[in-house]
Amino acid sequence: MIRPFGLSDILLIAEAIRWTLALSAIAFAGGAIGGLAIALARTADARWLRTLAMLFIRLFQGTPLLMQLFLAFFGMNILGLAINPWLAASLALTLHASAFLGEIWRGSIEAVPSGQREAATALGLRYYDRMTSVILPQAARISVAPTVGFLVQLIKGTSLASIIGFTELTRTGQIVNNATFAPFAVFGTVAAFYFLLCWPLSLMARRMETRFARATTR
Amino acid sequence: MSATPTPADEIAIRMAGINKWYGGYHALRDVNLEVRRGERIVICGPSGSGKSTLIRAINQLEAVQEGQIVVDGIELTAGGHNVDEVRRDVGMVFQQFNLFPHLTILQNCVLAPMKVRGTPRAEAEATARRYLERVRIPEQADKYPAQLSGGQQQRVAIARALCMNPRIMLFDEPTSALDPEMVKEVLDTMIDLAGEGMTMICVTHEMGFARAVADRVIFMDQGQIIEEAAPDTFFDAPRHERTRAFLQQIH
Ligand SMILES: Nc1ncnc2c1ncn2[C@@H]1O[C@H](COP(=O)(O)OP(=O)(O)OP(=O)(O)O)[C@@H](O)[C@H]1O
Ligand SMILES: [Mg+2]
Repeated sequence: MIRPFGLSDILLIAEAIRWTLALSAIAFAGGAIGGLAIALARTADARWLRTLAMLFIRLFQGTPLLMQLFLAFFGMNILGLAINPWLAASLALTLHASAFLGEIWRGSIEAVPSGQREAATALGLRYYDRMTSVILPQAARISVAPTVGFLVQLIKGTSLASIIGFTELTRTGQIVNNATFAPFAVFGTVAAFYFLLCWPLSLMARRMETRFARATTR
Repeated sequence: MSATPTPADEIAIRMAGINKWYGGYHALRDVNLEVRRGERIVICGPSGSGKSTLIRAINQLEAVQEGQIVVDGIELTAGGHNVDEVRRDVGMVFQQFNLFPHLTILQNCVLAPMKVRGTPRAEAEATARRYLERVRIPEQADKYPAQLSGGQQQRVAIARALCMNPRIMLFDEPTSALDPEMVKEVLDTMIDLAGEGMTMICVTHEMGFARAVADRVIFMDQGQIIEEAAPDTFFDAPRHERTRAFLQQIH
């Protein structure tokens, strides 16, 4: 039975936004913790830590997100765990976000002038205080815009989780399309919702970028 | 070394047989230096001669591959945590000020005393205000570094270092990045400090300052200490050809 695409379908799709948001939030929160660890390892004195973090970043930047999702999904099966799209998608996207945020934040940490670290060191501040009181607050300001930029990529990236059966915005669209056979209207609606999520974030990122540029040239 | 050995407890810094390489580049060659407590030393020399490397070895901003460094009776061994002890006792002022731009002047001054020495905030702030008064900018305490002139920023940097109550102060070309009209205010602050008996090592080409406060002027070239003498002897009767050539250049 094919039913016409109507308001109830739009509402169904709209309701799925929360799963896209939930997955994005999990990946972003997990990725923030992982990314900080990666960024600190990447800028550490110990060479093995730097190398390890570099390999992690290269691995996740050098393979498609879809393959990472597949590997997490089917890897769970091999490990004897029950197949669980939620867990697989959260894991893959968290690792993915860790690598990308790690690389963004490494750049921000390295953009803080070396004199800052030297002055803090000369004052007797040790690694933890040096990072938390001097380096990271400055790196954070530099990283806000690219971080929000990556968040936009991440939200759009969650759509790939539909392929391993995670029912978020895109997959809900597919389900509605199977019932209505109105692909242009359905996926047009889905795309419009993504746009509504991402556009304000992009605007915000741009605004913060100009504000930061102004603050640093003052 | 000097003919009459100085008693150990009067020595602030002892560097013996220091060699330092950056990769294959030999930056310090067999440097020996003894600084007595309360002594004021000026180091000068051409660009790239190793002046910064030498004073940065004292608080281990640069590690050296060979030689012995003893600061305030504490021997620095590579990787040892006595480095922390030394850094607490040695203040440093940089050419580029290096104030923390995200913190106010007062916050800049209390950060290390609170985090490193565990001084309570109220006490740290009182100390900071006292030192800001001494460098004659008490009214700027709540501003951010970017709101201050270069000369003011450098005086804050001096105050910030003093807040740790150091026994030794290192200065690496503290006036080189300043507009000419601001050089004097910073030098005056340093002269005040010298008058109070602080042990000071200053890399600077300010010859007036050297004549006014230095006990000894050291000339470095190509990673070596070429000549050292009291300022009048150093400037009026340099022994070494390279010293003469250098002094001619900067006059
Ligand atoms: N991190 C480093 N890596 C490689 N070489 C370095 C490094 N730091 C300094 N050097 C080199 O070591 C030599 C001594 O440098 P140093 O900064 O101590 O000289 P300086 O006397 O302070 O010079 P300037 O008057 O220009 O400040 C220079 O040739 C410099 O290029
Ligand atoms: Mg130098």
